[in-house]
Amino acid sequence: MTYTTSEMMTVAAARRLKNGSVCFVGIGLPSKAANLARLTSSPDVVLIYESGPIGAKPDVLPLSIGDGELAETADTVVSTSEIFRYWLQGGRVDVGFLGAAQVDRFGNINTTVVGDYHNPKVRLPGAGGAPEIAGSAKEVLIILKQSSRAFVNKLDFMTSVGHGEGGDSRKRLGLPGAGPVGIITDLCIMEPEAGTHEFVVTTLHPGVTREQVIAATGWELRFAENVVVSEEPSEYELSALRDLEARTAAAHGQAPGEA
Amino acid sequence: MAEILSLHDAVKQFVNDGDTVALEGFTHLIPTAAGHEIIRQKKKDLTLVRMTPDLIYDQLIGSGCAKKLIFSWGGNPGVGSLHRLRDAVEKQWPQPLEIEEHSHADLANAYVAGASGLPFAVLRAYAGSDLPKVNPLIKSVTCPFTGEVLAAVPAVRPDVTVIHAQKADRKGNVLLWGILGVQKEAALSAKRCIVTVEEIVDDLKAPMNACVLPTWALSAVCVVPGGAHPSYAHGYYERDNRFYQAWDAIGRDREAFTAWIDEYIHGTRDFSEFQSKLARASEAK
Repeated sequence: MTYTTSEMMTVAAARRLKNGSVCFVGIGLPSKAANLARLTSSPDVVLIYESGPIGAKPDVLPLSIGDGELAETADTVVSTSEIFRYWLQGGRVDVGFLGAAQVDRFGNINTTVVGDYHNPKVRLPGAGGAPEIAGSAKEVLIILKQSSRAFVNKLDFMTSVGHGEGGDSRKRLGLPGAGPVGIITDLCIMEPEAGTHEFVVTTLHPGVTREQVIAATGWELRFAENVVVSEEPSEYELSALRDLEARTAAAHGQAPGEA
Repeated sequence: MAEILSLHDAVKQFVNDGDTVALEGFTHLIPTAAGHEIIRQKKKDLTLVRMTPDLIYDQLIGSGCAKKLIFSWGGNPGVGSLHRLRDAVEKQWPQPLEIEEHSHADLANAYVAGASGLPFAVLRAYAGSDLPKVNPLIKSVTCPFTGEVLAAVPAVRPDVTVIHAQKADRKGNVLLWGILGVQKEAALSAKRCIVTVEEIVDDLKAPMNACVLPTWALSAVCVVPGGAHPSYAHGYYERDNRFYQAWDAIGRDREAFTAWIDEYIHGTRDFSEFQSKLARASEAK
């Protein structure tokens, strides 16, 4: 089966979510990948959304973080304050699954502004739940499309900390979680190098060259000693993803590609 | 005891120029009708608080009702930017807007502190983030028992909170269910609280442990069917995703926005007239 680079990204991200893990899900790409995991390799993954649903099993992808579908399919729905206080800060989240507008070589995230904070070129939506998800989840996965505008040498604003300045930054900051363990893009997978915690390419998606990835990265990108190639999406994964997108598009009155 | 009032009278009586106002709702039960009424009555110099400002805050900001916004995520969910918010922050139109920015965990805790009668909230947050550099109200406190350094943020205590709920009984007791966000905390942290509801019934038939706000904790209850549109009211109507998409084009352009506010808000007497006008316009398309 032929597939798109976006589909490869979503499938690769879904594969990283272990069955039975408790995952705090951001809206958009993280939500799509987490639900694909639930529908394929990890049926017992527990999805928590910041609006309050715990154990959500949506049949169609939510457009907003608080769609009724999430509440109706959840094991329980609690208040947003309880989500952040008991479930996240209480240490019950295994994986925080985040998107980003900008990310740097240490997996730090900007979702606040492009340009100067007080005189921004682009005002982005802001922090949302990300700073504390990035701090308190036992580990973090980041999913976004790769481009030199998004993968920057220096963030315009540090909204949510990944590995800070690298090395033992997180330990010095007293952050409880291990921080980002993978950045999954439409070109590759990056993982933090032992010791420095700088993200290096460990996996290339099929057909992607090193030059392509370098061109789409704003810092001097390094590659792991042994770079492997992702397994292509299986027919099973692709049809689960496409069915999910088609159901979502039909439910929200969109064209199939929009979901 | 909550008075059962028209929305017009409730906003007139309980929302003053210069107030700190929280119209809460986490993508569900967003008090749109109340936001429109605040614009219609041309309230000004408001400090708006909300974790997730969306279309109604875009409308309030673009209409010049707000001098300050306290928030943690401002966007058009599933669509993109709030263009009126961006225009106010990036180009000071129609007037400068001061922003005080937090994270969700922070504001959620700050509402809990407000409802609990505490001056500040404590949470494990912000280590390594730039947000404390641009928001001097984010401070730290050292745990007297373990020595751990934690974030300390001021409690949120609005002059008025406005929320939308599914139903009230004739005494003004309110029942809400589904995604609750921080509505209960926002209601109980405020000096005054207005609740708009889909309907008033004889008996709430609330299950034990349901989210019920007792009438004696509220200021006013107003019946406004459909008052959360274009968001949804669980059990009553679905989210109008097309309106969120349509808002992008309206909000993007100052003239289109002003014309829309003049036509649909200032050009209507109340929310029910607004709904009829909107329905006629969408049928004509």
